[in-house]
Amino acid sequence: MGVKTKALKAAFPHTIPIMTGFLFLGASYGIYMNVSGFEFWYPMITSMLIFAGSVEFVTVNLLLGAFNPLQAFLLALMINARHIFYGISMLDKYRGTGLKKFYLIYGMCDESFSVNYTADIPEDVDRGWFMFFVNLLNQIYWVAGATIGGILGGIITFNTNGIEFVMTAMFVVIFLEQWLKEKNHISSILGLVISTVCLILFGADQFIIPSMAAMLIILTLLRKVLDKGDVKPCQ
Amino acid sequence: MSVTQQIITIAMVVLATMLTRFLPFIVFPSGKPTPKYIQYLGKVLPAAVFGLLVVYCLKNVDVMTGSHGLPELISIAVVTGLHLWKRNMLISIAGGTVCYMLLVQFVF
Repeated sequence: MGVKTKALKAAFPHTIPIMTGFLFLGASYGIYMNVSGFEFWYPMITSMLIFAGSVEFVTVNLLLGAFNPLQAFLLALMINARHIFYGISMLDKYRGTGLKKFYLIYGMCDESFSVNYTADIPEDVDRGWFMFFVNLLNQIYWVAGATIGGILGGIITFNTNGIEFVMTAMFVVIFLEQWLKEKNHISSILGLVISTVCLILFGADQFIIPSMAAMLIILTLLRKVLDKGDVKPCQ
Repeated sequence: MSVTQQIITIAMVVLATMLTRFLPFIVFPSGKPTPKYIQYLGKVLPAAVFGLLVVYCLKNVDVMTGSHGLPELISIAVVTGLHLWKRNMLISIAGGTVCYMLLVQFVF
């Protein structure tokens, strides 16, 4: 079996929950664009190029409003600021992946980052190709969902109320996996507590940046306590 | 908005998104050793970020009105229970999602 085939086979099972979530969420994005008056190739192209779920929904409003490129830039920057933390966490894991690294960074959405960071990649599977295929499969699901939704629009009605919880369930599992692997839980607990406090204080639309700032400050202050090699990065 | 303006708007969103993804790799290129402080952050941030992502998924849940977040709470308990019991990602996620769908469609 070739290196790529082997990596694809190892990667696919990790993406099954994301396939479910992305096909439905992508479709709801496509439907949203369709009913907002856009042809199907709008959700197809935006889902492919932007590939960051929440900001794509916001883009629909931007396209419907007055032309303001600076606002579009700043809004996207704020919503996606959390990706900076993903990059910092992946500096080492992406090392030595060659040209694939460009795509690994380009397609680093919440789901791809979470799976690639926590997955136990078997010794005999190429890490670079494994992560590449996780990204690629996820992007295919998302673009396919968005395109289908964009084509069918309001025609389809199905009782899938609640299916979006699949993403929440996946992040809960990833949080648990990290919890079971780590030696101390300070950072995990801080993440939950800080985000919850910021959500209450700043509201659903504005809590990400304050949460990130608070995490940086508190984790920096705790460096002496945490940086003893106790915090094992999971492989 | 004209098509050109639409293209510029989408390009701005793409540019900002890519900036957030590429920035750490541009500032800390793999050719040079990464500062110890950044290495430390790379080790401790993910756990906190996973906590943030869980809260992020639940950000629109209103505990004061409607179903008071009970379907979410029950389903997360189911996910956690299943995962600690079987430790199989797919079973935990599927179980929790089905539970949630049943709750929001038939109970609440």
